[in-house]
Amino acid sequence: MAPAVILLLGWMLVPLTATLYFSFKKYLPLRGDSLENGLEWVGFQNYTRFVGSSSFWPSVQTTLIIVGSVLVITVILGVLLALLLDQPMWGQGIVRILIISPFFVMPTVSGLVWKNMFMDPINGILAHLFRFFGAEPLQWLSQASLQSIVLIVSWQWLPFATLILLTAIQSLDSEQLEASEMDGAPALSRFWHIILPHLGRAITVVILIQTIFLLSVFAEIFVTTAGAFGTKTLTYLIFQRVLESQNVGLGSAGGVYAIILANIVAIFLMRIVGKNLDR
Amino acid sequence: MARATTKTRKAVVTIAAWMIGLTIFFPILWTILTSFKTEGQAINDPPLFFFFDWTLENYAIVQERSNYMRFLWNSIIIAGGSTVLGIIIAVPAAWSMAFVPSKRTKDILLWMLSTKMLPAVGVLYPIYLMFIKLGLLDTRIGLVIVLMLINMPIIVWMLYTYFREIPAEILEAARMDGASLRSEILYVLTPMAIPGIASTLLLNFILAWNEAFWTLNLTAAKAAPLTAFIASYSSPEGLFFAKLSAASTMAIAPILILGWFSQKQLVRGLTFGAVK
Repeated sequence: MAPAVILLLGWMLVPLTATLYFSFKKYLPLRGDSLENGLEWVGFQNYTRFVGSSSFWPSVQTTLIIVGSVLVITVILGVLLALLLDQPMWGQGIVRILIISPFFVMPTVSGLVWKNMFMDPINGILAHLFRFFGAEPLQWLSQASLQSIVLIVSWQWLPFATLILLTAIQSLDSEQLEASEMDGAPALSRFWHIILPHLGRAITVVILIQTIFLLSVFAEIFVTTAGAFGTKTLTYLIFQRVLESQNVGLGSAGGVYAIILANIVAIFLMRIVGKNLDR
Repeated sequence: MARATTKTRKAVVTIAAWMIGLTIFFPILWTILTSFKTEGQAINDPPLFFFFDWTLENYAIVQERSNYMRFLWNSIIIAGGSTVLGIIIAVPAAWSMAFVPSKRTKDILLWMLSTKMLPAVGVLYPIYLMFIKLGLLDTRIGLVIVLMLINMPIIVWMLYTYFREIPAEILEAARMDGASLRSEILYVLTPMAIPGIASTLLLNFILAWNEAFWTLNLTAAKAAPLTAFIASYSSPEGLFFAKLSAASTMAIAPILILGWFSQKQLVRGLTFGAVK
């Protein structure tokens, strides 16, 4: 196992050490600070400044709202859709292909397509739809910006959740279901007592994998709102500090906070997953 | 009577599923349709569905404006290279975890997965500096390395779950026959694991193809893949729906087609062995 583990360890530790180091320094490359000339030690100044900035807590909140809402939406809709797709029907193969497709679309494309062709307040499809029903078209990305981002990201991840849950439902022992059906158990209690517990593991996997990717949602915001209108996630805030305002020290302190946040989420998740995967 | 109700039921399910499927697919369908319209038709009110003058001019214009083939080639090299390299490095790790597990195996697997939770942005600048120092900025090899590393945990995890399904007795038999570790992996394990390796390959190719943080931040002109090709349409060119659609279709078509053909294997790989 050595090479893979060592590579990953290096990949994790080297940049992490550098980030930690920069976070205690004043480092503004555009003002002539450079590694060669030595950087000024500023203690925890970057850390206090990053937390003190008015955009810090909102960005943590935005991150958690996006991750949480997308998880809830994709898991609930995913279970319902999987139940539907499990029923006998004509053309199931094609429906599966239709549903999995958004998963293959790169985030920059889905961001741009939704932003321009669907959410544009004048020519977007949704604007046409609103007008058709006599409603005033919404300025999606400014009036309901966070909801719009959640919508776009959920659209990308719903296929993943649906297909994993469908695979899990299909592996359910059908005899057990038939037996309960004969005993006259109503559909709802069958779902609640047999199907849902069976889906536990699959739901865990969906939550784990999606959280990993959702915590670092970037391109969807980059091409739609560019962080405006309350859609600035922690990732995006740090990106702006480091690359747009070229304040490496401050951005690195932010990076350390982001790592801490990710670790809190990770510990929480790993505990559930570790338990669930043992069975 | 029972027959009739199941038929009706099947019809209802079919209609519902198709409607939902088409709704979910609609943004992609709409993009493809729009790419064949003129700019005027693209913003027509009411929207035009199938009855418009189909044209290929948008594709020609997009191709003229930016060299699509170069971006496509970069995407293929970067996604393909990082996936293949990642699998070569990950196979021994996954092998030893699956067949000589120790007490720490599960901890190592979980640790690997947890490295994926480290926000990329937290280490963006150090990587950026390293890339400048090593001359890797805006090179394909640089991105191959980075994408290989960020997808490594998923590759190891997937291979591990596939390898674990291979009965250990077969390996023991090979060993008794005097096979060395290398030939054991090469001639016994690999052929049996081909389906698993193939779906790992596919999934990681797709993930690498669509990766849009490092590819946007570490490339400029030379090594930019399709994610960057399309990001240049963010504004104000994004207001030209037909051209945006043509560019989008060109960016997603290769992977969409690959995905359609391989969705069965993909779904199995995606479940990380947690769902049989």
